[in-house]
Amino acid sequence: MRKIYRFLVSKVRARKLKRRNRSITGDLGLTLVLALFGVFSIFPLMLTMVNAFKPLSEIFIFPPKLTVENPTLNNFLDLATIVESFNVPLSRYIFNTAMITGLGTVLTVLFGSMAAFPLAKYTFPGSKLMSNIILYSLMFNGTVTAIPNYLIMSKLGMIDSYWAVVLPVVGSTLGLYLMKNFMVQIPDEMLEAAKIDGAGELKTFWKVVMPLCKPAWITLVILSFQSLWGTTGGVFIYSEELKPVSYVLTQMVSGGIARTGVSSAITLIMILVPITVFVISQSKVIETMATSGVKG
Amino acid sequence: MEKNKDSLALIWKRHKYKYMLIAPFAIIFLAFTFVPIIVSIVLSFTSFNMVTLPKFSGLTNYINLIVRDDVFLIAIKNTMLLALVTGPLSYIMCFIFAWLINELPPIPRSIVTLVFYAPSISGNAYVIWKLIFSSDTYGYANAWLLDMGFISSRILFLENAAYVMPILIIVQLWLSLGIGFLAFIAGLQNVDKALYEAAAVEGIKNRWQELWYITLPSMKPQLMFGAVMQITSSLSISQLSIDLAGFPSASYSGHTILTHLHDYGNIRYELGYACTIAVILFFIMVFCNVIIQKLLRKLG
Repeated sequence: MRKIYRFLVSKVRARKLKRRNRSITGDLGLTLVLALFGVFSIFPLMLTMVNAFKPLSEIFIFPPKLTVENPTLNNFLDLATIVESFNVPLSRYIFNTAMITGLGTVLTVLFGSMAAFPLAKYTFPGSKLMSNIILYSLMFNGTVTAIPNYLIMSKLGMIDSYWAVVLPVVGSTLGLYLMKNFMVQIPDEMLEAAKIDGAGELKTFWKVVMPLCKPAWITLVILSFQSLWGTTGGVFIYSEELKPVSYVLTQMVSGGIARTGVSSAITLIMILVPITVFVISQSKVIETMATSGVKG
Repeated sequence: MEKNKDSLALIWKRHKYKYMLIAPFAIIFLAFTFVPIIVSIVLSFTSFNMVTLPKFSGLTNYINLIVRDDVFLIAIKNTMLLALVTGPLSYIMCFIFAWLINELPPIPRSIVTLVFYAPSISGNAYVIWKLIFSSDTYGYANAWLLDMGFISSRILFLENAAYVMPILIIVQLWLSLGIGFLAFIAGLQNVDKALYEAAAVEGIKNRWQELWYITLPSMKPQLMFGAVMQITSSLSISQLSIDLAGFPSASYSGHTILTHLHDYGNIRYELGYACTIAVILFFIMVFCNVIIQKLLRKLG
Protein backbone atom coordinates (compact mmCIF):
# COMPACT_ATOMS: atom_id res chain seq x y z
CA MET A 1 0.00 0.00 0.00
CA ARG A 2 2.66 2.38 1.12
CA LYS A 3 4.70 1.61 -1.95
CA ILE A 4 1.83 2.42 -4.25
CA TYR A 5 1.22 5.67 -2.39
CA ARG A 6 4.86 6.65 -2.70
CA PHE A 7 4.82 5.78 -6.34
CA LEU A 8 1.77 7.97 -6.95
CA VAL A 9 3.25 10.89 -5.05
CA SER A 10 6.43 10.68 -7.05
CA LYS A 11 4.39 10.59 -10.27
CA VAL A 12 2.45 13.68 -9.30
CA ARG A 13 5.63 15.45 -8.33
CA ALA A 14 7.26 14.56 -11.63
CA ARG A 15 4.22 15.86 -13.44
CA LYS A 16 4.26 19.12 -11.53
CA LEU A 17 7.91 19.53 -12.38
CA LYS A 18 7.18 18.91 -16.03
CA ARG A 19 4.25 21.32 -16.02
CA ARG A 20 6.41 24.16 -14.81
CA ASN A 21 5.59 27.43 -16.56
CA ARG A 22 2.16 26.18 -17.66
CA SER A 23 -1.11 27.75 -16.54
CA ILE A 24 -4.52 26.07 -16.76
CA THR A 25 -6.10 29.02 -18.59
CA GLY A 26 -3.29 29.03 -21.10
CA ASP A 27 -3.74 25.30 -21.62
CA LEU A 28 -7.48 25.67 -22.16
CA GLY A 29 -7.15 28.58 -24.54
CA LEU A 30 -4.52 26.88 -26.64
CA THR A 31 -6.48 23.64 -26.76
CA LEU A 32 -9.46 25.61 -28.01
CA VAL A 33 -7.39 27.17 -30.79
CA LEU A 34 -6.10 23.73 -31.76
CA ALA A 35 -9.59 22.28 -31.80
CA LEU A 36 -11.03 25.12 -33.89
CA PHE A 37 -8.34 24.96 -36.50
CA GLY A 38 -8.48 21.17 -36.43
CA VAL A 39 -12.14 21.30 -37.43
CA PHE A 40 -11.43 23.87 -40.15
CA SER A 41 -8.65 21.64 -41.40
CA ILE A 42 -10.35 18.27 -41.42
CA PHE A 43 -14.01 19.11 -42.04
CA PRO A 44 -13.74 19.70 -45.82
CA LEU A 45 -11.78 16.48 -46.22
CA MET A 46 -14.23 14.47 -44.15
CA LEU A 47 -17.05 15.95 -46.17
CA THR A 48 -15.38 14.88 -49.40
CA MET A 49 -14.91 11.36 -48.10
CA VAL A 50 -18.49 11.06 -46.88
CA ASN A 51 -19.94 12.64 -50.01
CA ALA A 52 -18.36 9.89 -52.05
CA PHE A 53 -20.82 7.44 -50.50
CA LYS A 54 -23.91 9.69 -50.58
CA PRO A 55 -26.63 9.57 -53.21
CA LEU A 56 -26.96 12.90 -55.02
CA SER A 57 -30.10 13.85 -53.07
CA GLU A 58 -28.20 13.64 -49.77
CA ILE A 59 -25.14 15.59 -50.90
CA PHE A 60 -27.12 18.80 -51.21
CA ILE A 61 -28.96 18.52 -47.91
CA PHE A 62 -28.24 21.51 -45.73
CA PRO A 63 -26.62 21.55 -43.22
CA PRO A 64 -24.12 19.04 -44.64
CA LYS A 65 -23.96 15.84 -42.63
CA LEU A 66 -20.97 13.66 -41.87
CA THR A 67 -23.21 10.62 -41.78
CA VAL A 68 -24.84 8.83 -44.69
CA GLU A 69 -28.42 7.61 -44.49
CA ASN A 70 -28.42 5.43 -47.59
CA PRO A 71 -24.81 4.62 -48.34
CA THR A 72 -24.26 3.81 -51.99
CA LEU A 73 -21.43 2.88 -54.30
CA ASN A 74 -23.23 4.49 -57.21
CA ASN A 75 -20.77 7.38 -57.36
CA PHE A 76 -17.95 4.94 -58.00
CA LEU A 77 -19.99 3.06 -60.61
CA ASP A 78 -20.95 6.36 -62.30
CA LEU A 79 -17.31 7.33 -62.25
CA ALA A 80 -16.45 4.15 -64.14
CA THR A 81 -19.24 4.81 -66.66
CA ILE A 82 -18.21 8.40 -67.29
CA VAL A 83 -14.59 7.46 -67.65
CA GLU A 84 -15.62 4.79 -70.18
CA SER A 85 -16.78 7.59 -72.47
CA PHE A 86 -13.15 8.77 -72.53
CA ASN A 87 -12.29 5.53 -74.37
CA VAL A 88 -9.71 4.73 -71.74
CA PRO A 89 -10.54 2.62 -68.68
CA LEU A 90 -10.06 4.15 -65.24
CA SER A 91 -7.56 1.43 -64.37
CA ARG A 92 -5.31 2.78 -67.14
CA TYR A 93 -5.30 6.26 -65.57
CA ILE A 94 -4.51 4.74 -62.20
CA PHE A 95 -1.72 2.72 -63.79
CA ASN A 96 -0.29 5.92 -65.32
CA THR A 97 -0.33 7.73 -61.99
CA ALA A 98 1.31 4.73 -60.34
CA MET A 99 4.01 4.59 -63.02
CA ILE A 100 4.74 8.32 -62.88
CA THR A 101 4.84 8.34 -59.10
CA GLY A 102 6.83 5.11 -58.90
CA LEU A 103 9.45 6.09 -61.47
CA GLY A 104 9.85 9.58 -60.03
CA THR A 105 10.10 8.37 -56.46
CA VAL A 106 12.67 5.67 -57.15
CA LEU A 107 14.86 8.02 -59.17
CA THR A 108 14.56 10.88 -56.68
CA VAL A 109 15.58 8.70 -53.77
CA LEU A 110 18.35 6.90 -55.63
CA PHE A 111 19.95 9.87 -57.41
CA GLY A 112 19.26 12.23 -54.51
CA SER A 113 21.01 10.09 -51.94
CA MET A 114 23.86 9.16 -54.29
CA ALA A 115 24.63 12.84 -54.80
CA ALA A 116 23.98 13.76 -51.17
CA PHE A 117 26.59 11.40 -49.74
CA PRO A 118 29.79 12.94 -51.14
CA LEU A 119 28.44 16.47 -50.61
CA ALA A 120 27.60 15.73 -46.98
CA LYS A 121 30.70 13.85 -45.88
CA TYR A 122 33.64 14.98 -48.01
CA THR A 123 35.16 18.17 -49.27
CA PHE A 124 36.55 18.12 -52.78
CA PRO A 125 36.93 20.65 -55.59
CA GLY A 126 33.45 21.97 -56.41
CA SER A 127 31.69 20.59 -53.34
CA LYS A 128 31.12 23.99 -51.75
CA LEU A 129 29.82 25.44 -54.99
CA MET A 130 27.44 22.54 -55.50
CA SER A 131 26.09 22.82 -51.95
CA ASN A 132 25.39 26.51 -52.50
CA ILE A 133 23.65 25.89 -55.81
CA ILE A 134 21.43 23.35 -54.08
CA LEU A 135 20.51 25.81 -51.35
CA TYR A 136 19.74 28.59 -53.82
CA SER A 137 17.66 26.24 -55.95
CA LEU A 138 15.27 25.79 -53.04
CA MET A 139 14.36 29.42 -53.48
CA PHE A 140 12.28 28.96 -56.62
CA ASN A 141 10.26 26.11 -58.02
CA GLY A 142 9.62 24.26 -61.25
CA THR A 143 6.75 26.49 -62.30
CA VAL A 144 9.11 29.23 -63.47
CA THR A 145 11.03 26.86 -65.74
CA ALA A 146 8.06 25.07 -67.30
CA ILE A 147 8.33 26.68 -70.75
CA PRO A 148 12.01 26.03 -71.45
CA ASN A 149 11.48 22.58 -69.93
CA TYR A 150 8.83 21.97 -72.55
CA LEU A 151 11.21 23.04 -75.31
CA ILE A 152 14.02 20.89 -73.96
CA MET A 153 11.71 17.90 -73.56
CA SER A 154 10.48 18.23 -77.12
CA LYS A 155 14.08 18.48 -78.41
CA LEU A 156 14.84 15.26 -76.53
CA GLY A 157 11.68 13.62 -77.86
CA MET A 158 10.35 13.09 -74.35
CA ILE A 159 7.10 15.03 -74.70
CA ASP A 160 4.09 12.79 -74.24
CA SER A 161 5.95 10.25 -72.16
CA TYR A 162 6.15 9.70 -68.41
CA TRP A 163 9.65 11.18 -68.44
CA ALA A 164 8.34 14.64 -69.30
CA VAL A 165 6.71 14.93 -65.88
CA VAL A 166 9.11 12.74 -63.94
CA LEU A 167 12.53 14.20 -64.76
CA PRO A 168 11.91 17.84 -63.72
CA VAL A 169 10.81 16.55 -60.31
CA VAL A 170 13.88 14.31 -60.03
CA GLY A 171 16.00 17.35 -60.90
CA SER A 172 14.57 19.51 -58.11
CA THR A 173 16.83 19.93 -55.13
CA LEU A 174 14.57 19.70 -52.07
CA GLY A 175 15.05 15.95 -51.66
CA LEU A 176 18.79 16.15 -52.13
CA TYR A 177 18.97 19.03 -49.66
CA LEU A 178 17.11 17.12 -46.93
CA MET A 179 19.12 13.97 -47.55
CA LYS A 180 22.39 15.85 -47.40
CA ASN A 181 21.49 17.52 -44.10
CA PHE A 182 20.53 14.18 -42.65
CA MET A 183 23.75 12.52 -43.78
CA VAL A 184 25.92 15.22 -42.21
CA GLN A 185 25.10 13.84 -38.78
CA ILE A 186 26.41 10.34 -39.55
CA PRO A 187 29.53 10.05 -37.40
CA ASP A 188 32.80 10.18 -39.38
CA GLU A 189 34.10 7.27 -37.30
CA MET A 190 31.64 4.94 -38.98
CA LEU A 191 32.94 5.89 -42.40
CA GLU A 192 36.51 5.53 -41.16
CA ALA A 193 35.72 2.07 -39.80
CA ALA A 194 34.26 1.03 -43.13
CA LYS A 195 37.35 2.34 -44.88
CA ILE A 196 39.65 0.36 -42.58
CA ASP A 197 37.57 -2.72 -43.32
CA GLY A 198 38.51 -2.17 -46.94
CA ALA A 199 35.25 -0.76 -48.26
CA GLY A 200 35.50 1.78 -51.09
CA GLU A 201 33.33 4.88 -51.31
CA LEU A 202 30.64 3.11 -53.33
CA LYS A 203 30.46 0.19 -50.94
CA THR A 204 30.45 2.47 -47.90
CA PHE A 205 27.61 4.41 -49.45
CA TRP A 206 25.53 1.36 -50.17
CA LYS A 207 26.28 -0.79 -47.11
CA VAL A 208 26.80 1.78 -44.36
CA VAL A 209 25.24 5.11 -45.27
CA MET A 210 22.03 4.04 -46.97
CA PRO A 211 20.77 1.82 -44.14
CA LEU A 212 21.49 4.62 -41.64
CA CYS A 213 19.52 7.09 -43.73
CA LYS A 214 16.30 5.16 -43.82
CA PRO A 215 14.26 7.97 -42.21
CA ALA A 216 15.58 10.42 -44.79
CA TRP A 217 14.81 8.32 -47.80
CA ILE A 218 11.35 7.56 -46.51
CA THR A 219 10.86 11.34 -46.32
CA LEU A 220 12.08 11.69 -49.89
CA VAL A 221 9.63 9.01 -50.91
CA ILE A 222 6.79 11.02 -49.38
CA LEU A 223 7.88 14.33 -50.89
CA SER A 224 8.30 13.11 -54.44
CA PHE A 225 5.16 11.07 -54.03
CA GLN A 226 3.27 14.21 -53.14
CA SER A 227 4.59 16.27 -55.99
CA LEU A 228 3.89 13.57 -58.57
CA TRP A 229 0.70 11.96 -57.32
CA GLY A 230 -1.41 15.04 -58.04
CA THR A 231 0.10 15.92 -61.42
CA THR A 232 -2.31 16.25 -64.32
CA GLY A 233 0.38 15.94 -66.97
CA GLY A 234 -0.62 19.36 -68.29
CA VAL A 235 0.77 20.06 -71.73
CA PHE A 236 3.59 17.58 -71.21
CA ILE A 237 1.37 14.54 -71.74
CA TYR A 238 -1.36 14.86 -74.34
CA SER A 239 -2.20 11.24 -75.24
CA GLU A 240 -5.34 10.19 -73.45
CA GLU A 241 -3.92 6.75 -72.63
CA LEU A 242 -0.93 8.27 -70.79
CA LYS A 243 -2.86 10.80 -68.68
CA PRO A 244 -2.87 10.38 -64.89
CA VAL A 245 -5.90 10.20 -62.55
CA SER A 246 -5.73 13.86 -61.50
CA TYR A 247 -6.53 14.80 -65.06
CA VAL A 248 -9.78 12.83 -64.79
CA LEU A 249 -10.53 14.63 -61.55
CA THR A 250 -10.19 18.05 -63.16
CA GLN A 251 -12.44 16.88 -66.00
CA MET A 252 -15.06 15.75 -63.47
CA VAL A 253 -14.97 19.00 -61.58
CA SER A 254 -15.44 21.00 -64.75
CA GLY A 255 -18.54 18.84 -65.30
CA GLY A 256 -20.30 21.01 -62.73
CA ILE A 257 -22.28 20.55 -59.58
CA ALA A 258 -24.26 17.51 -60.75
CA ARG A 259 -21.01 15.56 -60.78
CA THR A 260 -20.23 16.40 -57.13
CA GLY A 261 -20.76 12.80 -56.00
CA VAL A 262 -18.56 11.40 -58.73
CA SER A 263 -15.83 13.95 -58.18
CA SER A 264 -15.91 13.17 -54.45
CA ALA A 265 -15.47 9.50 -55.31
CA ILE A 266 -12.38 10.17 -57.37
CA THR A 267 -11.02 12.64 -54.82
CA LEU A 268 -11.39 9.95 -52.18
CA ILE A 269 -9.34 7.55 -54.30
CA MET A 270 -6.76 10.30 -54.81
CA ILE A 271 -6.30 11.29 -51.17
CA LEU A 272 -6.39 7.90 -49.51
CA VAL A 273 -3.01 6.83 -50.83
CA PRO A 274 -0.86 9.82 -49.78
CA ILE A 275 -2.57 10.00 -46.40
CA THR A 276 -1.97 6.30 -45.77
CA VAL A 277 1.66 6.65 -46.78
CA PHE A 278 2.09 9.57 -44.41
CA VAL A 279 0.40 7.80 -41.51
CA ILE A 280 2.77 4.85 -41.86
CA SER A 281 5.90 6.94 -42.10
CA GLN A 282 5.17 9.97 -39.92
CA SER A 283 7.78 9.38 -37.24
CA LYS A 284 10.53 8.88 -39.83
CA VAL A 285 9.54 12.06 -41.62
CA ILE A 286 9.70 14.08 -38.41
CA GLU A 287 13.10 12.60 -37.62
CA THR A 288 14.37 13.76 -41.00
CA MET A 289 12.85 17.20 -40.84
CA ALA A 290 14.75 17.79 -37.59
CA THR A 291 17.87 18.15 -39.71
CA SER A 292 16.24 20.28 -42.40
CA GLY A 293 17.55 23.58 -41.05
CA VAL A 294 19.33 26.20 -43.14
CA LYS A 295 22.59 27.04 -41.39
CA GLY A 296 22.79 30.71 -40.54
CA MET B 1 49.24 24.60 -68.27
CA GLU B 2 50.84 21.18 -68.04
CA LYS B 3 50.80 21.37 -64.28
CA ASN B 4 47.13 22.37 -64.21
CA LYS B 5 46.21 19.41 -66.38
CA ASP B 6 48.17 17.15 -64.11
CA SER B 7 46.33 18.35 -61.04
CA LEU B 8 42.99 17.89 -62.77
CA ALA B 9 43.95 14.30 -63.44
CA LEU B 10 44.98 13.96 -59.83
CA ILE B 11 41.70 15.42 -58.59
CA TRP B 12 39.80 13.03 -60.81
CA LYS B 13 41.86 10.09 -59.60
CA ARG B 14 41.34 10.96 -55.96
CA HIS B 15 37.66 11.87 -56.11
CA LYS B 16 36.49 9.77 -59.05
CA TYR B 17 33.77 7.92 -57.17
CA LYS B 18 32.42 11.07 -55.56
CA TYR B 19 31.90 12.71 -58.94
CA MET B 20 30.41 9.52 -60.29
CA LEU B 21 27.89 9.41 -57.46
CA ILE B 22 26.90 13.01 -58.11
CA ALA B 23 26.79 12.70 -61.89
CA PRO B 24 23.28 11.24 -62.44
CA PHE B 25 21.65 13.92 -60.35
CA ALA B 26 23.87 16.64 -61.74
CA ILE B 27 22.96 15.76 -65.33
CA ILE B 28 19.22 15.84 -64.63
CA PHE B 29 19.57 19.01 -62.57
CA LEU B 30 21.54 20.75 -65.31
CA ALA B 31 19.17 19.65 -68.06
CA PHE B 32 15.86 20.34 -66.33
CA THR B 33 16.57 23.07 -63.79
CA PHE B 34 19.75 24.95 -64.66
CA VAL B 35 19.60 25.08 -68.46
CA PRO B 36 15.89 26.04 -68.41
CA ILE B 37 16.70 29.11 -66.32
CA ILE B 38 19.38 30.17 -68.81
CA VAL B 39 17.04 29.43 -71.75
CA SER B 40 14.30 31.45 -70.04
CA ILE B 41 16.57 34.44 -69.63
CA VAL B 42 17.75 34.22 -73.25
CA LEU B 43 14.22 33.80 -74.65
CA SER B 44 12.94 36.69 -72.56
CA PHE B 45 14.84 39.01 -74.93
CA THR B 46 13.23 37.53 -78.03
CA SER B 47 9.89 37.22 -79.71
CA PHE B 48 9.15 33.53 -80.14
CA ASN B 49 5.98 31.62 -81.03
CA MET B 50 7.31 28.03 -81.41
CA VAL B 51 6.61 28.09 -85.16
CA THR B 52 9.30 30.46 -86.38
CA LEU B 53 12.76 30.83 -84.88
CA PRO B 54 13.18 33.20 -81.91
CA LYS B 55 13.83 36.76 -83.08
CA PHE B 56 15.93 39.07 -80.91
CA SER B 57 13.84 41.97 -79.69
CA GLY B 58 15.96 43.52 -76.97
CA LEU B 59 14.11 44.87 -73.98
CA THR B 60 10.77 45.12 -75.81
CA ASN B 61 9.18 42.33 -73.75
CA TYR B 62 10.23 43.84 -70.46
CA ILE B 63 9.04 47.30 -71.49
CA ASN B 64 5.70 45.98 -72.76
CA LEU B 65 5.21 43.88 -69.66
CA ILE B 66 5.88 46.63 -67.19
CA VAL B 67 4.58 49.69 -69.06
CA ARG B 68 1.83 48.47 -71.38
CA ASP B 69 0.41 45.29 -69.87
CA ASP B 70 -2.29 46.40 -67.44
CA VAL B 71 -3.27 42.82 -66.68
CA PHE B 72 0.26 42.05 -65.57
CA LEU B 73 0.07 44.88 -63.06
CA ILE B 74 -3.14 43.32 -61.71
CA ALA B 75 -1.33 39.98 -61.57
CA ILE B 76 1.57 41.50 -59.63
CA LYS B 77 -0.83 43.20 -57.26
CA ASN B 78 -2.79 39.98 -56.66
CA THR B 79 0.33 37.86 -56.26
CA MET B 80 1.81 40.30 -53.78
CA LEU B 81 -1.47 40.53 -51.88
CA LEU B 82 -1.74 36.74 -51.70
CA ALA B 83 1.89 36.35 -50.73
CA LEU B 84 1.86 39.13 -48.14
CA VAL B 85 -1.29 37.84 -46.47
CA THR B 86 -0.91 34.07 -46.76
CA GLY B 87 2.90 33.99 -46.51
CA PRO B 88 3.39 35.46 -43.04
CA LEU B 89 0.06 34.12 -41.75
CA SER B 90 0.82 30.57 -42.90
CA TYR B 91 4.31 30.81 -41.52
CA ILE B 92 3.09 31.95 -38.12
CA MET B 93 0.32 29.35 -38.16
CA CYS B 94 2.81 26.61 -39.00
CA PHE B 95 4.91 27.64 -36.07
CA ILE B 96 2.14 28.19 -33.53
CA PHE B 97 0.43 24.91 -34.32
CA ALA B 98 3.70 23.01 -34.29
CA TRP B 99 4.45 24.59 -30.93
CA LEU B 100 1.03 23.71 -29.48
CA ILE B 101 1.21 20.18 -30.84
CA ASN B 102 4.60 19.73 -29.24
CA GLU B 103 2.98 19.95 -25.79
CA LEU B 104 0.78 16.93 -26.46
CA PRO B 105 1.67 13.34 -25.54
CA PRO B 106 3.02 11.27 -28.47
CA ILE B 107 -0.14 9.52 -29.70
CA PRO B 108 -2.48 12.54 -29.75
CA ARG B 109 0.43 14.47 -31.20
CA SER B 110 0.72 12.27 -34.25
CA ILE B 111 -3.05 12.29 -34.78
CA VAL B 112 -3.25 16.08 -34.61
CA THR B 113 -0.21 16.37 -36.88
CA LEU B 114 -2.01 14.24 -39.44
CA VAL B 115 -5.20 16.30 -39.14
CA PHE B 116 -3.34 19.54 -39.81
CA TYR B 117 -1.01 18.19 -42.47
CA ALA B 118 -3.68 16.26 -44.40
CA PRO B 119 -5.03 19.14 -46.55
CA SER B 120 -1.61 19.91 -47.99
CA ILE B 121 -0.98 16.31 -49.08
CA SER B 122 -4.44 15.78 -50.48
CA GLY B 123 -3.61 17.01 -53.97
CA ASN B 124 -6.66 18.39 -55.71
CA ALA B 125 -8.98 17.73 -52.78
CA TYR B 126 -9.38 21.50 -52.38
CA VAL B 127 -12.04 21.34 -55.09
CA ILE B 128 -14.46 20.64 -52.22
CA TRP B 129 -14.25 24.39 -51.55
CA LYS B 130 -15.86 24.89 -54.92
CA LEU B 131 -18.94 23.16 -53.53
CA ILE B 132 -18.77 25.08 -50.26
CA PHE B 133 -18.65 28.43 -52.08
CA SER B 134 -20.85 27.39 -54.98
CA SER B 135 -23.00 30.23 -56.31
CA ASP B 136 -26.31 28.38 -56.25
CA THR B 137 -28.25 27.54 -53.12
CA TYR B 138 -26.54 24.12 -53.11
CA GLY B 139 -23.39 25.86 -52.00
CA TYR B 140 -23.01 25.37 -48.24
CA ALA B 141 -21.85 28.93 -47.57
CA ASN B 142 -24.82 30.41 -49.41
CA ALA B 143 -27.27 28.00 -47.81
CA TRP B 144 -25.92 28.80 -44.38
CA LEU B 145 -26.00 32.57 -44.85
CA LEU B 146 -29.54 32.41 -46.28
CA ASP B 147 -30.61 30.17 -43.42
CA MET B 148 -29.26 32.51 -40.78
CA GLY B 149 -30.92 35.44 -42.52
CA PHE B 150 -27.65 37.31 -43.13
CA ILE B 151 -28.42 37.64 -46.81
CA SER B 152 -31.66 37.61 -48.74
CA SER B 153 -30.34 36.39 -52.08
CA ARG B 154 -27.43 34.11 -52.88
CA ILE B 155 -23.95 35.51 -53.39
CA LEU B 156 -21.97 34.71 -56.54
CA PHE B 157 -18.88 33.93 -54.49
CA LEU B 158 -16.57 32.68 -57.21
CA GLU B 159 -17.91 34.90 -59.98
CA ASN B 160 -17.84 38.18 -58.08
CA ALA B 161 -14.49 39.93 -58.15
CA ALA B 162 -14.89 41.18 -54.58
CA TYR B 163 -15.06 37.68 -53.10
CA VAL B 164 -12.48 35.80 -55.15
CA MET B 165 -9.39 37.03 -53.33
CA PRO B 166 -10.68 36.40 -49.77
CA ILE B 167 -11.75 32.90 -50.78
CA LEU B 168 -8.37 32.15 -52.34
CA ILE B 169 -6.74 33.35 -49.13
CA ILE B 170 -8.94 31.10 -46.98
CA VAL B 171 -8.27 28.04 -49.10
CA GLN B 172 -4.56 28.81 -49.32
CA LEU B 173 -4.42 29.04 -45.53
CA TRP B 174 -6.24 25.73 -45.36
CA LEU B 175 -3.49 24.25 -47.53
CA SER B 176 -0.66 25.97 -45.75
CA LEU B 177 0.46 23.54 -43.04
CA GLY B 178 2.93 21.75 -45.28
CA ILE B 179 6.55 20.81 -45.15
CA GLY B 180 7.53 23.86 -43.09
CA PHE B 181 5.09 22.72 -40.45
CA LEU B 182 6.76 19.30 -40.29
CA ALA B 183 10.17 20.94 -40.06
CA PHE B 184 8.98 23.04 -37.13
CA ILE B 185 7.52 20.03 -35.29
CA ALA B 186 10.81 18.24 -35.74
CA GLY B 187 12.80 21.28 -34.68
CA LEU B 188 10.75 21.69 -31.51
CA GLN B 189 11.23 18.07 -30.53
CA ASN B 190 14.96 18.52 -30.78
CA VAL B 191 15.30 21.59 -28.59
CA ASP B 192 17.48 20.60 -25.66
CA LYS B 193 15.16 19.91 -22.70
CA ALA B 194 17.87 20.92 -20.23
CA LEU B 195 17.63 24.48 -21.55
CA TYR B 196 14.04 24.76 -20.32
CA GLU B 197 14.97 23.50 -16.87
CA ALA B 198 17.86 25.89 -16.65
CA ALA B 199 15.61 28.69 -17.79
CA ALA B 200 13.01 27.93 -15.11
CA VAL B 201 15.73 28.20 -12.51
CA GLU B 202 16.91 31.46 -14.06
CA GLY B 203 13.44 32.90 -13.62
CA ILE B 204 11.56 32.38 -16.86
CA LYS B 205 7.99 32.56 -15.67
CA ASN B 206 5.64 31.46 -18.40
CA ARG B 207 5.44 29.67 -21.70
CA TRP B 208 5.60 32.89 -23.71
CA GLN B 209 8.96 33.83 -22.25
CA GLU B 210 10.12 30.27 -22.79
CA LEU B 211 9.07 30.58 -26.42
CA TRP B 212 10.80 33.89 -27.00
CA TYR B 213 14.05 33.31 -25.13
CA ILE B 214 14.70 29.63 -25.70
CA THR B 215 12.55 27.94 -28.29
CA LEU B 216 12.81 30.45 -31.12
CA PRO B 217 16.58 30.95 -30.98
CA SER B 218 17.15 27.17 -30.70
CA MET B 219 15.32 26.39 -33.89
CA LYS B 220 16.59 29.12 -36.14
CA PRO B 221 17.77 26.74 -38.90
CA GLN B 222 14.30 25.18 -39.18
CA LEU B 223 12.72 28.64 -39.16
CA MET B 224 14.88 29.63 -42.10
CA PHE B 225 14.04 26.45 -43.98
CA GLY B 226 10.34 26.98 -43.33
CA ALA B 227 10.61 30.54 -44.59
CA VAL B 228 12.18 29.45 -47.87
CA MET B 229 9.43 26.90 -48.45
CA GLN B 230 6.72 29.39 -47.50
CA ILE B 231 7.90 32.22 -49.72
CA THR B 232 8.27 29.99 -52.73
CA SER B 233 4.84 28.44 -52.34
CA SER B 234 3.06 31.75 -51.57
CA LEU B 235 4.45 33.28 -54.73
CA SER B 236 3.49 30.36 -56.94
CA ILE B 237 -0.25 30.16 -56.36
CA SER B 238 -1.88 29.49 -59.72
CA GLN B 239 -3.60 26.12 -60.08
CA LEU B 240 -5.72 26.90 -57.04
CA SER B 241 -6.94 30.12 -58.64
CA ILE B 242 -7.60 28.45 -61.98
CA ASP B 243 -9.53 25.58 -60.39
CA LEU B 244 -11.62 27.69 -58.04
CA ALA B 245 -12.15 31.02 -59.78
CA GLY B 246 -11.80 29.77 -63.34
CA PHE B 247 -9.55 31.11 -66.04
CA PRO B 248 -9.68 33.95 -66.69
CA SER B 249 -11.29 34.82 -63.36
CA ALA B 250 -13.95 37.53 -63.04
CA SER B 251 -12.30 40.84 -63.99
CA TYR B 252 -8.93 39.16 -63.34
CA SER B 253 -9.63 39.11 -59.59
CA GLY B 254 -7.77 35.82 -59.14
CA HIS B 255 -5.10 36.52 -61.75
CA THR B 256 -1.57 35.91 -60.46
CA ILE B 257 1.85 36.18 -62.09
CA LEU B 258 1.77 32.46 -62.73
CA THR B 259 -1.69 32.45 -64.30
CA HIS B 260 -0.47 35.30 -66.51
CA LEU B 261 2.46 33.08 -67.46
CA HIS B 262 0.03 30.24 -68.15
CA ASP B 263 -2.00 32.58 -70.39
CA TYR B 264 0.91 33.60 -72.60
CA GLY B 265 2.77 30.30 -72.48
CA ASN B 266 0.04 27.70 -72.89
CA ILE B 267 -2.78 29.61 -74.56
CA ARG B 268 -1.33 32.42 -76.70
CA TYR B 269 2.02 30.74 -77.42
CA GLU B 270 3.90 34.02 -77.05
CA LEU B 271 6.79 32.20 -75.46
CA GLY B 272 9.29 35.04 -75.45
CA TYR B 273 6.85 37.16 -73.53
CA ALA B 274 5.96 34.26 -71.23
CA CYS B 275 9.65 33.74 -70.45
CA THR B 276 9.94 37.40 -69.50
CA ILE B 277 7.17 36.82 -66.96
CA ALA B 278 8.95 33.70 -65.69
CA VAL B 279 12.27 35.53 -65.34
CA ILE B 280 10.65 38.35 -63.37
CA LEU B 281 8.91 35.84 -61.07
CA PHE B 282 12.18 33.95 -60.64
CA PHE B 283 13.98 37.09 -59.51
CA ILE B 284 11.11 38.10 -57.21
CA MET B 285 11.31 34.67 -55.53
CA VAL B 286 15.07 34.68 -55.09
CA PHE B 287 15.08 38.32 -53.98
CA CYS B 288 12.37 37.78 -51.33
CA ASN B 289 14.17 34.69 -50.06
CA VAL B 290 17.52 36.41 -49.74
CA ILE B 291 15.94 39.35 -47.87
CA ILE B 292 14.02 37.09 -45.47
CA GLN B 293 17.12 34.97 -44.83
CA LYS B 294 19.02 38.12 -43.89
CA LEU B 295 16.23 39.18 -41.53
CA LEU B 296 15.90 35.79 -39.86
CA ARG B 297 19.62 35.55 -39.37
CA LYS B 298 19.36 38.59 -37.11
CA LEU B 299 16.72 36.91 -34.93
CA GLY B 300 17.81 35.88 -31.45
